[in-house]
Amino acid sequence: MALLSIRNLEVVFPLRTGTIPAIQDVSYDLEEGERIGIVGESGAGKSVSAFAILNLVSQPGYLSSGSIVFEGQEISNADDETMRRIRGNKISMIFQDPMMTLNPVLTISTQMEETLLAHTRMTREAARSIAIEKLRAVQIPSPEKRLEQYPHELSGGMRQRIVIAISLLTDPRIIIADEPTTALDVTIQAEILELLLALCNDYRMGLILITHDLGVVSQISQRILVMYAGRIIEQGNTREVIASPAHPYTRGLVGALPEMTRPGRRLNQIPGTMPSLQSIPTGCPFHDRCSHVTDLCRSHRPDLVSGSRRAVACHHPLTG
Amino acid sequence: MIAFLVRRLVQAAVVMLVISVLSFSIQNHLGDPLRELVGQSVSEEIRDALRTEMGLNDPFLVQYWRFLGNAVKGDLGTSYFFKRPALEVIMDKLPATIDLVMGATFWILVFSIPVGAFAAINPKHWFSRLSMGFSIVGISIPVFLTAIFLIYVFAVELGWLPSYGRGDTVTLFGVWTTSLLTGDGLRHLLLPSISLASVILPLFVRMIRSEMMEVLETEYVKFAWAKGLPRQRVWMVHAFKNTLLPVVTVGGVQIGIMVAYTILTETVFQWPGMGFMFLEAINRVDTPLIVAYLIVVGLIFVITNTVVDIVYGLVNPMVKLVGKHDEQ
Ligand SMILES: Nc1ncnc2c1ncn2[C@@H]1O[C@H](COP(=O)(O)OP(=O)(O)OP(=O)(O)O)[C@@H](O)[C@H]1O
Ligand SMILES: [Mg+2]
Repeated sequence: MALLSIRNLEVVFPLRTGTIPAIQDVSYDLEEGERIGIVGESGAGKSVSAFAILNLVSQPGYLSSGSIVFEGQEISNADDETMRRIRGNKISMIFQDPMMTLNPVLTISTQMEETLLAHTRMTREAARSIAIEKLRAVQIPSPEKRLEQYPHELSGGMRQRIVIAISLLTDPRIIIADEPTTALDVTIQAEILELLLALCNDYRMGLILITHDLGVVSQISQRILVMYAGRIIEQGNTREVIASPAHPYTRGLVGALPEMTRPGRRLNQIPGTMPSLQSIPTGCPFHDRCSHVTDLCRSHRPDLVSGSRRAVACHHPLTG
Repeated sequence: MIAFLVRRLVQAAVVMLVISVLSFSIQNHLGDPLRELVGQSVSEEIRDALRTEMGLNDPFLVQYWRFLGNAVKGDLGTSYFFKRPALEVIMDKLPATIDLVMGATFWILVFSIPVGAFAAINPKHWFSRLSMGFSIVGISIPVFLTAIFLIYVFAVELGWLPSYGRGDTVTLFGVWTTSLLTGDGLRHLLLPSISLASVILPLFVRMIRSEMMEVLETEYVKFAWAKGLPRQRVWMVHAFKNTLLPVVTVGGVQIGIMVAYTILTETVFQWPGMGFMFLEAINRVDTPLIVAYLIVVGLIFVITNTVVDIVYGLVNPMVKLVGKHDEQ
């Protein structure tokens, strides 16, 4: 039994202009200690699918159908208190922009200790010593001093380390990281990713890493999910998918990786843009950008056909 | 801290200087003070001699300089009507006005914070919609209408509360009278303070609501939810503390502005404060008293703003008030 098992998840946003299906039919499993990466371009539904796990989709969005089983318990319809006990405790999140994630008017110690006190009966002193221990784990120098500081006194990289330390406080089973390095500069990006990878290994934590950067996924995660217009269109072992993408869209993404382009030549880009979720074309949502399009693609949406570990939603999957 | 205070004091002094120039120049446009002083029967020569003696014929700058010199010494001139130092007259009336403003501030704080926060957290709740509707109505009803309505219902029809005057007062430290410490005084304060609060309260409710709604959408509040904090903590610590910052700034100024609204309230309720006195002073063209009032009100403004700035600095860690985070 997988640690986290998601089936046919659907989140909709009822807006005045119509109801937007932000994600549809999203299904995947996460095993104990497994690291998966979710990639896709902006608006593909990566964040929504992650926030939906903790029932934290922003208003007016809501989970309209599907099931989420965590540690054998169905949580897609759990009450607020049950969800609260899971959030930040068994499943923690890391957000994109460390400049915005920490509360500007509270000290680091307050923001760390409150997380522990929300989930475990303990004294402030005990909470403080755990906070210091986790700050050490994310390699923050002189943690005692950092505890007394406010977020604005710290650099972006330092803040993201603190956010990671907060996510580690309760020794969670899963960390969901929504583009944790996008807002940081390149050298710090690499450090933070390395740190995350090491921590997942040390604590045997599962990781759901959201990114639009295929390169990041290939470094970190064992499995990859490719999302397009609210659906998973390909999934499988990261190395296999990158070595031989089956969906033309995935191939496009792989082709756009800088290491796939000869120096001095323009980066390969997938022509066109992802359709808006309000006007997803009939048939395959990718058909009007696809060079292998046929009449079948225009009229029938391909289902995600799964082989043993590999799945692809395409009428004409690429081979080799 | 010292540097901050010095900077604040210099700013305050500049503002006071501007206020004094403005209020002093009003003096020359309020009609002839001699008419009030000596009446019709005195001949033009004697009037002119009196004017010269009082310095009213000197050039503006000379007059202003003299005025400023005296003002710094606490002498704001002598009231024509009371024949006493204007400042003394005002200081007699000031406590009543402060009572009124404190009463109104009490209502504002007690109601606007819970109602505004509730409406931000539950924007679709019937109570939120109702209070938003009420606040629109409240903003648009003038103070004197509210006051007259309250008097009609609670004083005339029901006869529960007094409609005028200050009631029993106690004198503190031999100088300061207050009706906040007697039952009768509080009963007298009830209707005037509610009327005065009625203009500003709706504004506060709306401001707290909209600020807090904005804060509730921020990433750090989302992160607080994702940490699994209890909802009271997310709302009251993470969201509300950040809501306070802008509210303190704007709110402090509003409470200063309330001093101006006391003129109407005090007049309707015959409240013996300086607003009521000011209106009478205008009727009597008691120029020194008018000028002194404007200066004292300006001073109250400047003081509230300074206090607000200091409170803001205490709530907001990004303002370095007390160089305690200096070493990094
Ligand atoms: N608050 C919201 N209100 C309305 N629609 C929303 C909201 N949040 C998300 N959506 C819809 O859900 C879709 C998926 O959004 P999501 O944030 O999951 O994209 P993403 O893949 O994370 O993109 P990005 O790379 O830009 O973060 C969006 O295209 C949008 O149509
Ligand atoms: Mg996103």
